Amino acid sequence: MSEQSATPVVPSFDDESEEGGRKLAIICSKGNLDMAYPGLILANAALGEGVETHLFFTFWGFDIINKATMGDLKFSFVGNTAMHLPGSSMGIHHMLGALPGATAGATAFMKKQIADLDVPEVPEFLELLSASGAHMWACRMSADMNHLTEEDLFEGVEAIISASDFIEMTDGAQLLFI
Amino acid sequence: MPTTTIAGHEVEVNEEGFLTKPDQWTEDLAPELAKLIGLELTDAHWQLIRFLREDYKAQGETATLRRASTQSGVPVKELFVLFPKKPAKKMAYVSGLPKPKGCV
Repeated sequence: MSEQSATPVVPSFDDESEEGGRKLAIICSKGNLDMAYPGLILANAALGEGVETHLFFTFWGFDIINKATMGDLKFSFVGNTAMHLPGSSMGIHHMLGALPGATAGATAFMKKQIADLDVPEVPEFLELLSASGAHMWACRMSADMNHLTEEDLFEGVEAIISASDFIEMTDGAQLLFI
Repeated sequence: MPTTTIAGHEVEVNEEGFLTKPDQWTEDLAPELAKLIGLELTDAHWQLIRFLREDYKAQGETATLRRASTQSGVPVKELFVLFPKKPAKKMAYVSGLPKPKGCV
C-alpha cells in the first residue's frame, strides 16, 4: 500500500497565522492540588502548540500564584463521592477524608504520583509556563480580599487586574473555567 | 504509509509528514527537513537534535519539551527561539521522530 509522493508532505505548523491566531483564556478558581494541575497542564499544552495563552487566577485559585501557598497546595477527597484509590477500582468513602491526617496522606500520595510522571511541582510548573510565554494575571478582588500585592505573587504574574480588564484582553479567546 | 524522497533518501512518512521509521533518518536529512518548515540549523539546533535522537534510543519515546529542556540544559525560552511556536513538534520532526506523547 505504498504510494510515492514527489513533493514531501510537510506538517502544517500554522506559522502563517501570525495575526489573529488561536487564543486561549483559562480561569483558575480553585486552590486544591488536583484542581490546580488541569489548568497548568492545559496551558502548557496550548503554549506548546503556539496558542496565545492567558491565565486568570481568582478566589481559591489565587493560592496557585501566592508565594506563601503555591508550593503547598493540598488534595482532600472529602465531597468526592467518586473517590477510589488511584490505579484501582477500590472505592474509598469520601467521609474518611475528614479523618485527621487523611488530607496530608492523600496529598503526599498524589504528589508522588505526579512526580513519578516527571511533572513538576506547582512553583516549577509556573516557571515553565512563564518561560513558554504564558500571560498570567491575578484577580483584583481576590488580592484585596487576601490583602496581597504583586510582591506576594509569583514573579511571572504580569499584573493584578480587574475582571473587566481580563474580559477585555481575552476578546475572541476560547475560554476554560476551572 | 506513503513514502517520500527527502535529500535523496526515500523515507516513510505518516499523513502529517512525520517520519514513521526513525531508523530511516540520517544526519544529512535534518537540514532538509528543517528547510521544509522554514528553519536553518545552527549548532544550538544540532545539540537538541542529537539529544532527542539519543534520548529516543534510550527511552523508546520522544522527549517532551520539558524533558528536552531539563535533560539537555537548554532553557525552555531558548527552545521557543530555536524552534518557534511549536518547539516540541518541530524538534521531533527535524529529528525524524514521532511527535511526543507525554502531556508535560
